[in-house]
Amino acid sequence: MALSGATSWPSNSTHHGAISEEEAERLRERALFVRLETIRLISIAKVGHYSSVFSCAEIFSTLYYDTMSLRHGEPGWPDRDRFLMGKGHAAVGQFPILADLGFFDKAWLDDYTRLGSPLGDHPDMRKVPGVDFSSGSIGHALSNGVGMALGARFQKQDFNVFVLLGDGEMQEGQVWEAAMSAATHNLSRLVAIIDRNGYQLDGKVDDVAAVEPLDEKWRAFGWEVHEVDGHDVVALANLLRRVKADSARSKPCCIIARTVKGKGIDYMETEPGWHLGYLAPDDEQRARKTLLADAGAA
Amino acid sequence: MTHNLHPDSWQYRALNQRAPSLATLSDTLIELAEAGHPVVAGTADLQYSNGLVGFAQRFPERFTQFGISEQNMVSAAAGMATTGVIPYVATFASFLALLCCEQIRMDVAYGAQPVRLIGHHTGISLGFYGTSHHATEDIAIMRSIADLTVVSPADGPQFAAALRASVNYAQPIYFRISRGHDPVVYAKDAPFEFGKAVIHDIGDDLTIIATGMPVHPALTAMRALQAKGHSVGLIDMHTIKPLDREAIMAAARRSRVILTVEEHTILGGLGGAVAEVLAEEGGGTRLVRHGIKDEYSLIGPPTHLYRHYKLDAAGIEEVALALLDRA
Repeated sequence: MALSGATSWPSNSTHHGAISEEEAERLRERALFVRLETIRLISIAKVGHYSSVFSCAEIFSTLYYDTMSLRHGEPGWPDRDRFLMGKGHAAVGQFPILADLGFFDKAWLDDYTRLGSPLGDHPDMRKVPGVDFSSGSIGHALSNGVGMALGARFQKQDFNVFVLLGDGEMQEGQVWEAAMSAATHNLSRLVAIIDRNGYQLDGKVDDVAAVEPLDEKWRAFGWEVHEVDGHDVVALANLLRRVKADSARSKPCCIIARTVKGKGIDYMETEPGWHLGYLAPDDEQRARKTLLADAGAA
Repeated sequence: MTHNLHPDSWQYRALNQRAPSLATLSDTLIELAEAGHPVVAGTADLQYSNGLVGFAQRFPERFTQFGISEQNMVSAAAGMATTGVIPYVATFASFLALLCCEQIRMDVAYGAQPVRLIGHHTGISLGFYGTSHHATEDIAIMRSIADLTVVSPADGPQFAAALRASVNYAQPIYFRISRGHDPVVYAKDAPFEFGKAVIHDIGDDLTIIATGMPVHPALTAMRALQAKGHSVGLIDMHTIKPLDREAIMAAARRSRVILTVEEHTILGGLGGAVAEVLAEEGGGTRLVRHGIKDEYSLIGPPTHLYRHYKLDAAGIEEVALALLDRA
């Protein structure tokens, strides 16, 4: 697999049926792009959330390059599908995609987190074109998404709202307020994706404050629930295509994506302390080589 | 309604008589929606208390019942506003300002969304419901949030005028509405402008600067003191942020004493805001802040509490007179 610079565009949005092997390969390549860019950007900031991005790199690539209806270079296109993040600390993996989609100048990335940069640890809608809503305070995003879906209904727009939530975020009470609200109002165009990587800052999610059984909880709150391997782009893309195309659904939809925190770098996968970390230059080079070798691109 | 309620209870009045200044909310939003403005509304299980039930019945498709989930309501209102609607969401001020402070800061104010937050039953107007339902800190909290306009109308007509003005106002707004039974100060067509105080009079001896519910009793007190030969004025500071510094300084240049009156703690609210201006301008005018004095309020019927805390006309006159005697 070769790493290409620009991507073909638009990819998506009107797909029916299953993803092709060629399309899947492209999504894997864009997930690799997300991981490599995350390493590069964090080397500028000297600290960042590598492992939080690595667990959702395939979710990012699938949503942005396959599922969502977007227009290159038009971050404010009114009919675009919306993407919100509860786990805003994964923004370092989202920014390279937004630049790749022509939403802002790629040169912004080179000054990530530097004084006055629009790009910080969390996504900021006032500063970054393509960020549909700011994030940073865990627990707000699903409510923001509920509001967007309500607003779309009133404005007679039919865009979809995708909200990526952390599994630790399930500990925030507001998530469940939003969950009840979405089910009450039959917000069928609202899709929550839970990055179920099992870890949060202080340790294993279910040791810190147990969130399982997640599937039963979301079902009990009135949502349609799916589970998927969050690193399998074929399974993810096909599920998201089906969910998006399902016009008969009246319930909001929750996708529990089973993921591995730090996916791709073995010591991050096993060491929860990597929620926030820094790769020294030698380690950074080794991490790049590992990712490229595993992708067959070295 | 067939609810078995005592006619003196606020629930009875909310259900049967409709609190006049809160009825303004629903009536004015209906008027604005009928005029074609993209107005939507929501509440958190208080549609009878704030009167939005009227709007909900007239425009069910524009109304969202969020249930007892105030934080969700505020964040969702910000999300709704991104689609081009103007959301008006209302609940008790104590819950809105304290429980939802972070959602207001991050999603509404920093999010720069034209959400209109209506915190009703402010101050001690919920009487014997106690401290959980008293909102005596909301001005201090809300005015510290950047980009948020803070408005505390004196009565129903002024609230209606502010609501009408709000459809062409870009920034998010926190409206602070008292009990809903507040006596009327202004005519229906009285002019209103965000950030421009209403100067009733400026006194050589003393000028009262009041906001919200206490404006009406302060006006009565001013007239009583004037009748006794004192030169006393009154400024209605309906917008606490952005603050009308010029109006404050107009009073400071003439009056020996400025008395701020608010149904709120004297720390950080109207009194705090006026103190900042006076200190910065360095004129040396004496300031006395009247309101709740860094304490939790007693339990009691609202009107009894207003009497106890000297926030009724007789109380404000008494406080002012003591200052005039010393002046």
